[in-house]
Amino acid sequence: MSRTHVSCNINGDDVDFLSESGGSLLNALRDDVGLMGVKEGCGTGDCGACSVLMDDRVTCACLIFAPEAEGRSIVTIEGLAGADELHPLQQCFLEGAALQCGVCTPGFLMAAKALLDNNPNPTETEVRYALAGNLCRCTGYDKIIRSVLDAAEGMRQNGAQA
Amino acid sequence: MTMTEDPKNAPSYKWVGSRSIRPDGLDKVTGKARFGADLKLPNMLEGAVTRSPHAHARIVSIDTSAAEAMPGVHAVITAADLPDLAEAGAKTDDVFMSAKVLARDKVLWEGHPVAAVAATSREQARAAADAIDVVYETLPHVLTVDEALADGAPVLHDTMITKGADPVPEHASNAASRALHERGELDKGFADADLVLEREYTTKPVHQGYIEPHACVADAGQDGRAELFVSSQGHFSMRAMTATTLGWEPSQLNVTPAEIGGGFGGKTTIYLEPLAVRLSTKAGRPVRLVMDRGEVFKATGPTSGSRMKIKMGVTNDGQITAAEVWMAFEAGAFPGSPVGAAAMTAIACYDIPNFVVEGFDVVCNKPKVAAYRAPGAPIIAYGIESIIDELAKGIEMDPIDLRLKNAAVEGTQASYGPQFPRIGFVETLEAIRDSEHYKSPVPEGCGRGMASGFWFNIGGNSTATVHINEDGNVNVITGSPDIGGSRASMALFAAEEFGIDVDRVSANIADTQTIGFNDVTGGSRVTLATGSVVIDCCRAIKEDLRRRAAKTWDCEVDDVEWVDGQAQHASGTETPLSLADLAAKAPRTGGPISVTKSNNVRGAGAGFTTQLVDVEVDDELGVCRVVRYTTAQDAGKAIHPSYVEGQMQGGVVQGIGWAFNEEYIHRPDGTLDNPSFLDYRIPVASDLPMIETIVVEVPNPNHPYGVRGVGEAGIVPPMAAIANAIDDAVDCRLVDLPMSPVRLLDAINQRGE
Amino acid sequence: MITVKFSASLRDLTGEDDEIEIDAPTVRRLIKLLDERYPGIGERLNDATSVAINGEILPDAIYEDIPDGAEVHFLATIAGG
Repeated sequence: MSRTHVSCNINGDDVDFLSESGGSLLNALRDDVGLMGVKEGCGTGDCGACSVLMDDRVTCACLIFAPEAEGRSIVTIEGLAGADELHPLQQCFLEGAALQCGVCTPGFLMAAKALLDNNPNPTETEVRYALAGNLCRCTGYDKIIRSVLDAAEGMRQNGAQA
Repeated sequence: MTMTEDPKNAPSYKWVGSRSIRPDGLDKVTGKARFGADLKLPNMLEGAVTRSPHAHARIVSIDTSAAEAMPGVHAVITAADLPDLAEAGAKTDDVFMSAKVLARDKVLWEGHPVAAVAATSREQARAAADAIDVVYETLPHVLTVDEALADGAPVLHDTMITKGADPVPEHASNAASRALHERGELDKGFADADLVLEREYTTKPVHQGYIEPHACVADAGQDGRAELFVSSQGHFSMRAMTATTLGWEPSQLNVTPAEIGGGFGGKTTIYLEPLAVRLSTKAGRPVRLVMDRGEVFKATGPTSGSRMKIKMGVTNDGQITAAEVWMAFEAGAFPGSPVGAAAMTAIACYDIPNFVVEGFDVVCNKPKVAAYRAPGAPIIAYGIESIIDELAKGIEMDPIDLRLKNAAVEGTQASYGPQFPRIGFVETLEAIRDSEHYKSPVPEGCGRGMASGFWFNIGGNSTATVHINEDGNVNVITGSPDIGGSRASMALFAAEEFGIDVDRVSANIADTQTIGFNDVTGGSRVTLATGSVVIDCCRAIKEDLRRRAAKTWDCEVDDVEWVDGQAQHASGTETPLSLADLAAKAPRTGGPISVTKSNNVRGAGAGFTTQLVDVEVDDELGVCRVVRYTTAQDAGKAIHPSYVEGQMQGGVVQGIGWAFNEEYIHRPDGTLDNPSFLDYRIPVASDLPMIETIVVEVPNPNHPYGVRGVGEAGIVPPMAAIANAIDDAVDCRLVDLPMSPVRLLDAINQRGE
Repeated sequence: MITVKFSASLRDLTGEDDEIEIDAPTVRRLIKLLDERYPGIGERLNDATSVAINGEILPDAIYEDIPDGAEVHFLATIAGG
């Protein structure tokens, strides 16, 4: 069984791994690199639990062949927080009770980050459509949407102060 | 918003009722929390399962030799590797459970496990599982209650005589049991009515839809014991069921609960666990066994599809005089649908003097159903709450008023037998009637509907330990997997009882070796039952702390009070002693400060909910959108309001999915056509508005803080509320779930024909 | 004296008796007495049966005391989700 050597940048570090032939980036991140925060909910790109940023675009890691990550920059949930400070989205999710079981949370946070990176002032509808690729079965989405809007507002205010 | 009964006299709390950050939250937003598939052990093998491609077949032979010879394969198992429980004279339920986990002579649904493999990689395990040669002799199958009950239908279990049938049947059938509730005289009741309606409803199987597939890691030792790391709703019951299937004693297994990525009842039973343990014993290495999404849909436990016939009569002034309910629920391959609970909840909200409620548990060639949030109740509520709405329209009475007029209250003899204690059904109806949503006009082009629901809630067995660290911070340890935020509530209870900041409390969930027995997390029981036991521990510790303070001050215990997190001398002459002070000197006053309590907790209070929805229907496409939704639910006392609201909203949205799109679609050959999230369509964020919540608080008199379970009732009304709203919008009464665009469009086009 | 009310599911054993008055201080004694009166009912009221005493539903009630004047029902034990 042949394996492919992949070199890429993950959460700011240069990383090398050997990917199974035909293996997904999701499997590589979890099994070869050890980043268990990226979750498999379906393996077919329908649930968004494995959302990561690849070259700043949110994507389902299960839909990417691992060798496609060659030379790219990947950011997973493990790369979102600072050393002693959470990302505003993470803080707002905690304060807004935007998670119950928490298995969809990493995917939502990455998708929400990609949204706010591109659109710092989204409407509720824009948030809902941007996150329509992420399934949550516990919350009914209400508190997730509110938390993303709160984070966006907080980030705009801090940006204005900076 | 929260509506508390008697707010002036309601106790005021410092921590209970606040919105603290949940203790497990940080790990979950940073990706550190470990779910069932997230454990990697040295030397770990990966597992895969061989499953039946047929809905019903006899297993003629299984040849594992090719698989065993493949590279990387370390173990292959079939039912021959598990004890034959039937031969051992075990209970029928246990025999069925074991056969569900691994088929012995027959496969009873597409996806039924036949063999399992452990190999050094997932790909190798999958390849080996596919190389196992199973010879089947296919048999005719039945997929629905109609097919299963038809004359001459193929019988799944040839010794199945319907329990509770009168007279006792002579021949085996697919009807496993019958439930019956009766009161008064049905004929007289209908004769007294001015309007009698009769309707027939059908529903399809739906899945709980948890985002995390089933997953576990088993690590067997050479001493006949094993460790199991698994996401489940109840690691003690999982241990017991796994042990039974393996022919082990429960204590040979230590089960560590992983974080669980959703359960809703579907993870209260076993699928992979005995397979993983047996593979691990055979291979002598740890084995990780994880389902993919297709397996979750095909081979775990959705809830029942059904057929229901309901007849109900009402007088012109709104008295419901009679109800006749007949229903048949699909159990799947083995008996055990929630038809019994449905028969109890069917008309439980109402005080109806004459009724017959009859329910049949019917087996068919589909996966054995598992619990799904208030099991049984949402299905029958679709029919009951729809027909009540039609009756209200028929006598030109407001649907809320009709329900108020017939509502069960304290002292009402419940339809299932005992009298209700203090309940909050009327309060939820009033909360909706008085809500801003209800008072606002129905938006242009929309329709409005409402419905109510009920769930029993249970107490049960819990054990907890509380100990005080040397720095005065508190550890709360329970054995109830946290599926909705219960650790936050446990911490709030301890904070309130001790009078300390909730940040000084840690709440953890121990494994089967390090905490005493706990029933499953389900039945909306944890905040009530495990919370009660945590409170008992805290109160016992406070007594102990008073004694220790008395020793420190050399005074009588009666002179010591515990106030605001400190021991205080009644005379005020001593400097108060904090938890930290007493903990630091614990060796001098009796040793470490720690209490464990356990109880079979009683006094669970029933939970009621009333919900209101506005929908917009596109009558060219048949697409229906929820435009506004308000839910009012009696929580008794909301310990952590955000997570109470979260339970309410989550239940509502599952109900919305159940109403619009979710269904198992089987091909005529009995195989599942839509085992993926693409084709099994659950609600997404863009489908929905915000879900407005009104937390009603009618305290449960049997709990120290008045708690009622809240996890389940929320899913009971939405399908009927939406059916009622659709009828209001486009004058179409839909009686089959789901009310998908195709069906809605058909109904619209046939309107007035 | 306590009152026991029977559900329709037990009709094949209890016949016309919807409710009866009987002297039984504990659930265990009650089931024994009922089994004498309606043979076979003891087996029906098994592990999967809860007992409601004055409206309080108890799943593991076999050793419970029944207060004088209480109303008793037998129900299927509910599983949650």
